[in-house]
Amino acid sequence: MIALENVSKTYGVHAALWPTTLEIEQGRTTVLIGPSGCGKSTLLRMIVGLIHSDSGRVVIGDEVLHPDNIERLRHGIGYVIQEGGLFPHLTAGRNVALLARFLKHGEDWIAGRMTALANLVRIPVELLQRFPRDLSGGQRQRIGLMRALMLDPPVLLLDEPLGALDPITRYGLQDELKAIFGALGKTVVLVTHDMNEAAFFGDTIVMMREGRIVQRGRLDDLLHRPAEEYVRDFIRAQRTTLPTP
Amino acid sequence: MMLRLITLLLLPALCLAEPVLNVGSKRFTESYILGEIIAQTVNAAGEARAVHKQGLGNTGIVFAALRSGAIDVYPEYTGTIAFELLGRKTPAGLEEIGRELAPLGLGVAVPLGFDNTYALAMREERAAALGISSISDLSRHADLRPGISQEFLNRKDGWPALQQAYRLPFPAPRGLDHGLAYEALTSGQVDVIDIYTTDAKIGKYHLRALADDRGFFPAYNAVLIYRLDLPQRFPGSWAALQQLQGRISTQRMIALNAEVELSGMSFAAAAGQFLAAPETAPGRAARHDRASFAAMLFGADLGRLTLQHLLLVFASLALSVAAGIPFGIWASRSSRAAYWILASVGVLQTIPSLALLAFLITLMGTIGTAPAIIALFLYALLPIVRNTHSGLVDIAMPLRESAQALGLPAAARLRLIELPLAARSILAGIKTSAVINVGTATIAAFIGAGGYGERIVAGLAVNDNAMLLAGAVPAAALALLIQWAFDALERRVIPEGLR
Repeated sequence: MIALENVSKTYGVHAALWPTTLEIEQGRTTVLIGPSGCGKSTLLRMIVGLIHSDSGRVVIGDEVLHPDNIERLRHGIGYVIQEGGLFPHLTAGRNVALLARFLKHGEDWIAGRMTALANLVRIPVELLQRFPRDLSGGQRQRIGLMRALMLDPPVLLLDEPLGALDPITRYGLQDELKAIFGALGKTVVLVTHDMNEAAFFGDTIVMMREGRIVQRGRLDDLLHRPAEEYVRDFIRAQRTTLPTP
Repeated sequence: MMLRLITLLLLPALCLAEPVLNVGSKRFTESYILGEIIAQTVNAAGEARAVHKQGLGNTGIVFAALRSGAIDVYPEYTGTIAFELLGRKTPAGLEEIGRELAPLGLGVAVPLGFDNTYALAMREERAAALGISSISDLSRHADLRPGISQEFLNRKDGWPALQQAYRLPFPAPRGLDHGLAYEALTSGQVDVIDIYTTDAKIGKYHLRALADDRGFFPAYNAVLIYRLDLPQRFPGSWAALQQLQGRISTQRMIALNAEVELSGMSFAAAAGQFLAAPETAPGRAARHDRASFAAMLFGADLGRLTLQHLLLVFASLALSVAAGIPFGIWASRSSRAAYWILASVGVLQTIPSLALLAFLITLMGTIGTAPAIIALFLYALLPIVRNTHSGLVDIAMPLRESAQALGLPAAARLRLIELPLAARSILAGIKTSAVINVGTATIAAFIGAGGYGERIVAGLAVNDNAMLLAGAVPAAALALLIQWAFDALERRVIPEGLR
């Protein structure tokens, strides 16, 4: 269970996040959605301790996030950003195995785990020899996912994971990601500004605006029982004018 | 490699148990020759082996060397001792100078017999055209451009006092290297220069030495300044040195200077010629063919100078890397630390090399390789610290955060992610420092640390371009070689994914 209790963040006079409380459902997918600067990434990054809250606390499992336990808790969280955030000086395979090697897992275990993950994200094993610059955007994203899943963490955080991909790659990866989330039963928090993506992934959707949570609920709640006019506007703004073939 | 170098350089000192008497000299022809005369006299006495640490940077450096015991004796002038070293306002006789030096553990003795004071000089034609024959006459020509040697410009008894005494109307004059002043005068870049009264070039360049009609310049009698323990440690050598008293006339000194500067005789040969026949000066200086450039370039000392130069460059570079990278890392961690660290290494860079060397000699109590390496180390810090800092802070935020989010501790992030990502920048900084060091290491010759600078310094002192080039060319070649070596190293050290 992940809980953000009364967390907030202010830069100078600008409030990136007003005091906010949010519980993340275990084993389900929660989507944080809103326009740029609404605080959704700030909230996600607080969970993995990249941003320190000015107030309140972050609870992961039964522990309060703290400098003393942060590295151990991070080992239980997979974090994926746009383009995967791969280290350019390491091959794809070394990126994936980096943390496992540092934690002294056996090479046999690492090799077995990498093969299984390559199958899961549908990456040919040969590609693991390549450097990130020699991979396509979609491949980098899959490698980034492998790296996040290497130690089989119970929690997976994704910050606009499909944002930089072309529409076809994105479409295909959406299907695959959803299948992976369903199969692994992880607690997933995904940040996006795309309502279709939120509707596709989200068991729970948390809509944000200007550093506050506007509404938290199922897709159905947002569509039919919007908390305020803004929710209706945001959903309407993402209409499609194309007929579905 | 480094260890072998050091061993090779120290070997001679370790093997020879024979007592050593260290002779110093300054960076101009006359001082080199007198230093050689002292050294050869000591060697001939057979009591000790004389080591001539020749061409030391300037009065401050050679005096610091004497006080620290790095040298035992060197030729100096009474005027310089009184005004520069003792800070007196008025000239003083030998006895008085001796009394004032005694508390420093130093003494003066053996006046050699000639007076080498300063004089101002102009080209003969120009002086005749303007009707200038004395220094007083200069005050009527405010448009003349003086080119004054750095040393004379900055002495208490030098240019400022002279300008005041004669009410000379010139603005702040250009500071020149003494060896270059004649060329500047001949090419018309300056009109008046300072010379020494024993200057070999008065005839060659058709100079008119201007009369000191107000008696401004005090006597600069050549004497030996020495450590007071020298006569007890080497009584035989000391007795031999006493024999030099009054033996060198002004005319003889001019002739010896001309043998070296104009006829191409070596310092040692000129000293030898004098000692073989102290009483009789040769009628006319015979023309000695200077060694050809190629012969000088590949002279017997090339191997020793190369080893010394490599030691200076790489020992200081190793220190700079060992200190510079941690400072660069520290700077990348806090913008406050970055401000102070980068400002400090920047300021180090602006300290003039001779001033830094003189300071280090006083601080460390020795001349030679050690202070030279420390000076080079300080100069080499800036590129390494700055490139380490910029390489680390330029790492993209998403990569930095990805490393954090993985749960790697700070030390592991630095080792596995940040330093490899900054490797290209750091290595470029080290390469810059190494190449700059090759050039800067030539100043080490000012304090007797050897290297290619020895040829450059000697070449400058006697205005011998071939000798100067014989030092400058191998230094340039070494710089290129080091550049290539680093390019090759880069292909091995920079991670493949970053190339």
